[in-house]
Amino acid sequence: MPDATGLELIAQELRERDADGVLDTTFFRDKAALLVTPASVAATLEHLRGKGYRFMASVHGVDYFPEEPRLGVHYELLDMATIDRLTVKVRVPLDEPHVPSVTNEWPTADHQEREIYDMFGVIFDGHPDLRRILMPEDYEGHPQRRDFPVGGEPVFFTHNEPRLPRYTQ
Amino acid sequence: MEVKRTKLGNGPDGDFRARGLAARAMLRGELEGPELDEHVEESLLLTTLDRASNWMRSNSMFPATFGLACCAIEMMAIVGARVDVARFGAEAFRASPRQADLMIISGRVSIKMAPVIRRIYDQMLEPKWTIAMGACSSSMGVFNNYAIVPADKFMPVDIHVPGCPPRPEALMHGILKLRKQIQDDPEMGWRSRYGGGGTEEVVESAAKDPVAGHSIGVSGGGRMGTSA
Repeated sequence: MPDATGLELIAQELRERDADGVLDTTFFRDKAALLVTPASVAATLEHLRGKGYRFMASVHGVDYFPEEPRLGVHYELLDMATIDRLTVKVRVPLDEPHVPSVTNEWPTADHQEREIYDMFGVIFDGHPDLRRILMPEDYEGHPQRRDFPVGGEPVFFTHNEPRLPRYTQ
Repeated sequence: MEVKRTKLGNGPDGDFRARGLAARAMLRGELEGPELDEHVEESLLLTTLDRASNWMRSNSMFPATFGLACCAIEMMAIVGARVDVARFGAEAFRASPRQADLMIISGRVSIKMAPVIRRIYDQMLEPKWTIAMGACSSSMGVFNNYAIVPADKFMPVDIHVPGCPPRPEALMHGILKLRKQIQDDPEMGWRSRYGGGGTEEVVESAAKDPVAGHSIGVSGGGRMGTSA
C-alpha cells in the first residue's frame, strides 16, 4: 500500500498534470484513496496504470445518502508486482449522475458499470452497451439506492405486531 | 420369552398354499362352480377408480429435475440412501417437465426467474403437484427484498416445507404429506382451495368420452375427485 506520504506524492503528480483533478485524499485503515472529479477519472486511471496499478480489481457503486453529492463510484486498482492497492473515488449528484465510462481502457469495467447503472442509476457516458444486467429490463427504479423501499413480502411474525403495528398492511 | 412358530399358510387368512394352488387351477380352467365363485370372491378387492388412480399417482410421483439454490442440495439428499425417496416411488427425477408431475421449488425465486419457473410448471402435464421447499419460496425468508418473489405469487403450491434449508427428512415429510393428500384427500389440492375449478387442461376428444377422459386425468388429476 502507498502510505499517507506516498498517497500525497501521487496526488501531487496528478495535480501537476491537472490542477483541479484531485479533490481530496483519504488514508483510512491503511487504505489510500483519491477523490477525483468525474471529468478526470480516465486520465487519473491512465496515470496510475503507468505507475504500476495495471489491474482493475473491481468497480463499486455507493449511495452516500444523506450526504451530497449522493452517488459515488469506486475504482479499486491493484499493482500485482508489489501487491499494492489504491482506490479512486468519484462523487456525482443524483440529478446529474454522469460519469465517463472507462470500458474502452479497462474492459473489466464493462459489466461492473452496467451493474452500477442497474443498481444505482449512475449513467456511464460512452459505455458501449449500457443496459440493466441483473434486474429485468422493464424494472423501474434502482434498487440499491438507500431511499429505495426495501420491498418484499410482509411476513407476519408475532413479534412484529407490537413492534410494528399494522406492519402487514 | 416363548417363541411361537406358525406355519406359513395356517394363519387366520386361510391356507396360503391352498390359495396359490386354487389360483393356478383357475388359470388352467380347472376351477368350476362354487369353488370358482369362492375363489373369485376372496381374490377381489373392490375400490373406486378414483381411489385406485390416486393410489397409483401418489406412489409414482416424478419430480422435475432442477434446483434453484441451497435447498437443492438437501433435495438431492433425499434420493440418497439415508432418506431414500425411492421407497415411495419418487426417485425418478425427470429432466423434461413433460414427464414430471411434481415440482419442488427448491430455493429462492427471483422476479427474473419466476416466469421461467412458471413456464416449466405450465409445461408439466396434469395431474401435477408443487412443493415449495424452504423459507424463500414460501415467505421469502432472509431474502425478503426487491428481487425475490414467493412461489404463491405466480403459481399454485400444494405443500410448503419450512426450514432454511429444510433437512432432507423435512422434505421427505412434505412429500409424504402430499402423498397422503393425493391418496386420501384430493380435495385439499390447490384447485379446490383456490377455487380453480374449470381450469383443467382438457383434450377435447377425450372430454367427449368421459371414460377415456377419466383415464387421462380430465377430472382434475384426482384433485377434484368426481366434481363435474
